[in-house]
Amino acid sequence: MRLQSPEKTVYFTFDGQRYQGVPGEPVSAALLANGVKLVARSFKYHRPRGIMSAGSEEQNALVTVGRGAQTEPNIRATTLEVSEGLEVFSQNAWPSLKYDVMAVNDLISPFLGAGFYYKTFMWPKSFWEKLYEPVIRRAAGLGGLSGKSNEDHYEKAFAFCDVLIIGGGPAGLMAALTAGRAGADVILTDEDTAMGGRLLREVEDIDGQPGAEWAADAVVELSAMDNVRLMTRTTVTGAYDQGTFGALERIAGPRRADKPLECFWRIVAKRSILCAGALERPIAFPDNDRPGIMMASAVRAYVNRWGVAPGKSVTIFANNDDAHRTAHDLAAAGIRIAALIDSRDDVQINGDFPIYTGGTVTATKGRHALESITIAHSGGTRDIRTDCLAMSGGWNPTVHLTCHMNGRPTWREDIASFVPTPDSISGMVAAGACNGSFSTAACLQEGADIAAVVATDLGLKPKVTVPVADDSTYRISPLWAVPGKGRKWIDFQNDVHVKDIKLAAQENFRSVEHMKRYTTQGMAPDQGKSSNVVALAVLADATGRGIPETGTTTFRPPYVPVSIASMGAGSQGKGFAPQRMTTSHKATVARGAPMIEAGLWYRPSYFPAPGETTWRQSCDREVGFVRNAVGVCDVSTLGKIDIQGPDVAALLDFVYCNTFSTLKVGRVRYGLMLRDDGHVMDDGTTARLDEQHFVMTTTTAAAGQVMRHLEFVLQALRPDLDARVISVTEQWAQFAVAGPRSRELLNTVLDQELTNDDWPFMACGEIGVAGVPGRLFRISFSGEHAYELAVPARYGESLFRMLTAQTEMLGGGPYGMEALNVLRIEKGFITHAEIHGRTTAFDIGMDRMVSLKKDCIGQAASRRPGLLDEDREQLVGLKPVGAVKQLTAGAHLFEKDADAVRINSQGYTTSVCYSPTLETNLALAFLQGGRARHGEVIKMVDHLRGLTAQVEVCDPVFFDQEGGRARG
Amino acid sequence: MRINCPNCGERDRREFYYQGDALALTRPAPDAGPLAWNDYLHNRDNPAGDTKDLWFHEGGCGAWIVVERNTVTHAVHGTTLAHKVKR
Amino acid sequence: MVKLLPLTPCSGLLPLEIGGVNVTEVVLERIYSVAPLAGKTMATSTALKEQIGLGLSAPNRATSNRSARMQWFGHRTWLVTAAVHLDGLAAVTDQSDAWAIIRIEGAEVEDVLARLVPIDLRAAPFKNGHTARTMLGHMSVAITRVGGQAFEVMAMRSMAGTLVHELEVAMRGVAARSNF
Repeated sequence: MRLQSPEKTVYFTFDGQRYQGVPGEPVSAALLANGVKLVARSFKYHRPRGIMSAGSEEQNALVTVGRGAQTEPNIRATTLEVSEGLEVFSQNAWPSLKYDVMAVNDLISPFLGAGFYYKTFMWPKSFWEKLYEPVIRRAAGLGGLSGKSNEDHYEKAFAFCDVLIIGGGPAGLMAALTAGRAGADVILTDEDTAMGGRLLREVEDIDGQPGAEWAADAVVELSAMDNVRLMTRTTVTGAYDQGTFGALERIAGPRRADKPLECFWRIVAKRSILCAGALERPIAFPDNDRPGIMMASAVRAYVNRWGVAPGKSVTIFANNDDAHRTAHDLAAAGIRIAALIDSRDDVQINGDFPIYTGGTVTATKGRHALESITIAHSGGTRDIRTDCLAMSGGWNPTVHLTCHMNGRPTWREDIASFVPTPDSISGMVAAGACNGSFSTAACLQEGADIAAVVATDLGLKPKVTVPVADDSTYRISPLWAVPGKGRKWIDFQNDVHVKDIKLAAQENFRSVEHMKRYTTQGMAPDQGKSSNVVALAVLADATGRGIPETGTTTFRPPYVPVSIASMGAGSQGKGFAPQRMTTSHKATVARGAPMIEAGLWYRPSYFPAPGETTWRQSCDREVGFVRNAVGVCDVSTLGKIDIQGPDVAALLDFVYCNTFSTLKVGRVRYGLMLRDDGHVMDDGTTARLDEQHFVMTTTTAAAGQVMRHLEFVLQALRPDLDARVISVTEQWAQFAVAGPRSRELLNTVLDQELTNDDWPFMACGEIGVAGVPGRLFRISFSGEHAYELAVPARYGESLFRMLTAQTEMLGGGPYGMEALNVLRIEKGFITHAEIHGRTTAFDIGMDRMVSLKKDCIGQAASRRPGLLDEDREQLVGLKPVGAVKQLTAGAHLFEKDADAVRINSQGYTTSVCYSPTLETNLALAFLQGGRARHGEVIKMVDHLRGLTAQVEVCDPVFFDQEGGRARG
Repeated sequence: MRINCPNCGERDRREFYYQGDALALTRPAPDAGPLAWNDYLHNRDNPAGDTKDLWFHEGGCGAWIVVERNTVTHAVHGTTLAHKVKR
Repeated sequence: MVKLLPLTPCSGLLPLEIGGVNVTEVVLERIYSVAPLAGKTMATSTALKEQIGLGLSAPNRATSNRSARMQWFGHRTWLVTAAVHLDGLAAVTDQSDAWAIIRIEGAEVEDVLARLVPIDLRAAPFKNGHTARTMLGHMSVAITRVGGQAFEVMAMRSMAGTLVHELEVAMRGVAARSNF
């Protein structure tokens, strides 16, 4: 029921029923205003549940929002804002919220107590996965996902400040005013839609002005400060190292296709002030979970802030003075108070309604909503008709963030609560209610005082002026659980009651961490915000220890559930990883080439020609180009590193296992790079452009790793070497031009005529390319007469188009990765399929390259006897000789007649192809003692693909073993 | 976690590549023998407390940095450019 | 004789304008990296001052005069936008074609970059002429403030498409917040 008629209303739906609501108010308020009490079914027993709180700590009112791909489950109705057309659904109930068949669980609840899963479903073991777990999962649970790809937008963002103030209640606002006025760089966050905290929800004056108005004025003043940033709808979810905080922002405004739903912030702050307030805790009494039983502070919030009466005839049950406000506020709003029950004997309360001191609620009735309660008091027992019970078991300071880095809170007997232990988080101080200072005056004072200390530390000169406010003391006499029979709920979200906790203690799960796992208390999405202290008080009582000795479980981030979508915002689809495109990309795609990823790069698989229906046809044709005419391939993705300085030759001698100081200017040499453990890191060619100037190439895959390695050598291992390295991968567009007619092709684009005398095999130098200064390297990864031609990247696309047009006139064309792979396998050239991190120079037959005349990375370790053992798996070639001609990569090798079992495996294949040149399948492989076994027939078995082939071991160089073609 | 790069100032951990113990700076001589090489390559302490390790500011200036920090408190005590430590 | 035609890294991708923030390509004809050799930093700076009127800038700073720009570019590395001769003093490497450079400008430019860049780019700590090597999304970049509401971002040439895509997504998010 609404206390006033609102200015503006919109329509939303709950389970298909249309309701009126005020835009921006929480859905919980709108449902209460419409008299909807039953909004959810509980996790395990499917008990009817209503709205319990008015904030992010809500345990019961979890709902699903939206439909289809936009479905979002487990949203708290207390933080979900009403907007026009919003669709809200109840969850965990079938066929309907009112008639939920799984409510049968509640009837058999004596068999479903804590630990029942462990006891009941022990065996037969195979039943767990197939039967028990699926059934339990279906019965117990929360809302479901749509299973469709999320179409909504999410953001992440970074923010920085000197002072982060967490919570915008009286303490936070006062801290922000004090620090802000002193000129500090401040961020003030609050998870509500407006700053003010409880000032918006209580009837209280500050400096003679209503609290909500004072808060609004403070916001106006703060908004005008350039040095203060206000972030509402933003919950700080975690405290991390060196002043880093995570914060989740629900972005204001109705859902719209282009607007992000949430933003996950990383906030970095020099100092932080925790003003997170306190959360009211329930009292455990029998059937305290019926819809209509709410926290007293929530009842006041609905009445005072949103003008909604949660009931027609309200009862109040409390163990502390604070709840008496509830009676006062309800009376002022004209709502009937059926009774006030205070568990304390010695309190003075005045009011125009029945008051029972020394009283407790011993029973409640009402199937889908509260109808009556039974109380016991000093004068006897009594039944009272009521549709709303406001309960208050006292307040728990919101200490969570102070525990995120291993801090443990301290017990304070006078307020029967935990408070933060100072210095639990470096740079953070707590102020106000979260520090156990509950009165408004104390909150304002502490907020101002602590902000002043922080501002002074930052070198500012703050002034402390604090307005006058209520300073009444908070008096409480602990009451955790009402004695007697019946289920007294503690963790409403996970359906844990007093008896479960006692059972845990009885079965010797006495440690609070064990009790938690045994009962699942505190393990629901709310992480025990409201239930933890009550639960451990019950455990303390059951084990005969005090609360401080019992201790708390660990609070971990996040403080509220954070959607994976917001944490991974921007990293889906194209945002997953940068896409690196070569300069020939557009022209390549235009030719219909399917692109494959090579690291971050996109490279063509093959260039399909008209009439070709399989990739093999294209690949075979492209191999033919290179073997018989000329082919062109973009090799810009290979890492290129410019190396200069007086000690550049010494550096290369140190990082390559072979020698480079002897390389002549204008020549290129193949180099093998080892790790210090003696295994191969990478290989490539390095050209000497000048005495003190080299350019190194790396494989595409290892370019980043090699760059990091060279910097490591120069900065950390050998700073005595005077040389400088910088990547020029992006500067040069580089194309392989390979095949018997490669020189002919190049002569159509070069400014000078190439001859074999001027440009012999392994020559390099600068050369004009259609009027542009370029570089030419006579190197070959195909075994053919070949070159790599480089031009500044701005000319890359133009040169690619020119080369491909010319090559087609010579009977050739562009070739892709598939052909490149075939060409190199035919020649036995290795890639990272072979140098995969576990192979040595010895394994690939290059151990003679490891110079012993100098120290180099990997040399010492590569001499270890185990790495030079003749029985090691060595690189060989394989050719099919039996009926089965197909070879596969990753298959295992066995002696011809051996059983194909693991213990008999003698090696494995690494690269395979069909060679159109040799008209057979080929494989590169590692085989035990392989170099001495050329000519032997062995067996290749691929267990995964169910393939067995007889193969002959041979030299890994299948084609042109003398290498004459490359020199021609 | 934030690390103070001597060149760039304090930066988020995401900008850095983690290498491992700063022991890697003390590479043995080629003839130091198998034990010394085994220690260098494979043996690392796993301290609950102060540690010194190598980070590369890969998403930043490209400096190799020796970071002194505490594995228990997560405090970062100091950072130095690797080439200065080595000298 | 045929001629090779040049293309800029962002050709076909820019300009872009969303919600009052715009992105345009910056084309610098010549860029060289300068990495002074051991003990030659001062001498390099002096030689540069003589040749182009700009000595090496302080770390995290960029300077310029009418004809050239000087930008710190990382550990022991600077960029200059004019040809220089530093034989025996520094490693000089042509980087003219290696970088996609964009200028992003507008009232909400800091909000846009705050969605992508993990450093504090607000005007107080990051003033005109301040430059940083950092990340934008998953990319390594250099960011320089070139005006009250303007920044220049350099990313690897091959990543120009991703750079523009990332900026576009962030710009749309910021724009959508301010107009409902």
